[in-house]
Amino acid sequence: MVGDAEVRDTGASFEAILAGETARTRRRWLLVVVLALAAVASLVVDLTSGPSGLPFESVLRALTGQEVDRGTAVIVWQVRLPVALMALLVGAALSLAGAEMQTVLENPLAEPFTLGVSASAALGAGVALVLGLSLPGLPPVWAVSANAFVFAMGALGLLQLASRLRGGGTEVVILLGIAVNFTAGALLALVQFVASPDALQQLVFWTMGSLAGARWDGIVLLAALLAVCLPFSLRASWRLTALRLGADQARAFGFDVAGLRRMALLRISVLAAAAVSLVGVIGFVGLAGPHIARLAVGEDHRFLLPASVFTGAVLMSLASVASKLLVPGILLPVGIVTSLVGLPIFVALILRRGV
Amino acid sequence: MDLRAEGLSVRRNGAAVIAALDLPPIPAGELTVLAGPNAAGKSTLLLALAQMIPATGRVTLEGADLARMGRADRARLIGMMPQQIGGAGGLSVLDSLLAALHAGGGLAGRALPGPEASRHALETLARFGIAGLAPRPLSALSGGQRQLVGLAQAIVRDPRLLLLDEPTSALDLARQFQLLNEVRALAREGRIVIAVLHDLTLAAHWADRILLLSDGRLAAAGTPDDVLTPETLARVYGIDARVERCSRGRINVMVDGLSA
Repeated sequence: MVGDAEVRDTGASFEAILAGETARTRRRWLLVVVLALAAVASLVVDLTSGPSGLPFESVLRALTGQEVDRGTAVIVWQVRLPVALMALLVGAALSLAGAEMQTVLENPLAEPFTLGVSASAALGAGVALVLGLSLPGLPPVWAVSANAFVFAMGALGLLQLASRLRGGGTEVVILLGIAVNFTAGALLALVQFVASPDALQQLVFWTMGSLAGARWDGIVLLAALLAVCLPFSLRASWRLTALRLGADQARAFGFDVAGLRRMALLRISVLAAAAVSLVGVIGFVGLAGPHIARLAVGEDHRFLLPASVFTGAVLMSLASVASKLLVPGILLPVGIVTSLVGLPIFVALILRRGV
Repeated sequence: MDLRAEGLSVRRNGAAVIAALDLPPIPAGELTVLAGPNAAGKSTLLLALAQMIPATGRVTLEGADLARMGRADRARLIGMMPQQIGGAGGLSVLDSLLAALHAGGGLAGRALPGPEASRHALETLARFGIAGLAPRPLSALSGGQRQLVGLAQAIVRDPRLLLLDEPTSALDLARQFQLLNEVRALAREGRIVIAVLHDLTLAAHWADRILLLSDGRLAAAGTPDDVLTPETLARVYGIDARVERCSRGRINVMVDGLSA
């Protein structure tokens, strides 16, 4: 038989190989569970850290509905919990979007941030904050987020269009994304140039990304979008794994590669645009999250997608903690923290070339 | 029990790659080799037969029009091995087979639960003697190993029609022999198998019939004896060739030079 030597070399019997594979599958599920627990743990750390120095027990008492003084209840329920939950959800959404984007665009450096989604959202926010232009009929509190969402969706719509063009390969989509990124950046600079000092300050703060403005309705919205998108992502996990073998190979397996790309880009659009529009520009979570997940569980998207959700949540949660603790007494914009952490990872990935 | 193609045409970038091609019925149980010079349209023909690129004309598999069939039904019937076997990142050989199985709709259209799927995938690898490669990352395989894995990916769903694009191009002499032996066995089990081969001596040895393609048209079709003649080879390839039998009766194609 062909290649008998390989079987002999490993010295393993058929049943032993099968048992090894079963064990490997179990180990990968276990890792996903561990990552989920890590996300819960980082949420707890996030809840118990902050300038007011509440002891862990009071936070726990407040959360479990036991009697605490009014000040503690307000801090926990209206300050810390929204921020902590928003961090978790934004991290999860961006990381899931990044994981799918890297697969469907067949590029390890693809993520919403590098392909101009965040820059477009920032431009949308700028238009609202500086020029006062926003969608009619919305409460003022939503004006900035709604604008950011519309602009981010517009950027992703352009990418969708590029992927549908005849002969529009993944390279075309990526080049267009980079072009969108720089164009939105230039337009944002223009908006900043004409801005009043007051509006400029708000805009600059927005582009740094902040969890401080987290609201319950935003949290519910993002959680709902994630709950809608995730099952579709998981349903596509085998086809996404197949796409890791290259588009030609995936086509040979008989499924609609273009359709898979289209639907994945739609999910990416909704998640990334919603996340960025709610908290501002958050870089590198969509890049680092999936790559850490890949290091942990490998390329099989049955594991990679849920693992990415949790690694993103952990990263963002820890960034939220760091933003409170790095400079005592000052709450740093969380976008700065994620970029500072993400940048070394980004460079390491480029240098490794193994991805 | 055959594959038929009538009036098949494919255009790419405005030029006809395959023009109004009629193929003789390709029966199950036989190994059909598709040969022809570079850019004759061999790969394109395979993709068009599988309905994986836009094509006009009629392709029927056992009487059913493939173009009118749903994508899932086609995926159940057709297995394809492309020329380049991809393997980015750390996906293991077994994972790639599972992806081929599940992404293509399961075993002959039937979804398999996890442990059963792993066993079936491993059995498919064992058929080619490469079960030991199962846990290895694809990126760590040699070109030849990758080709064997590619063939395993193509048959893991147990398709009726098997289309193989240069399955032996990266294999050494022994493995060419072994792989083609296995491919012919896959045909003998009742499948329709079409394989693109460049080596005409290899084709003469293994093919039950040869389709010789030139400029998107059928230049010759029939048994190796019928197709491999000095006149046909001069016409299609532009070479001076001798077709001789060795002492054991096998056909050898020897090239003496370019025809004047």
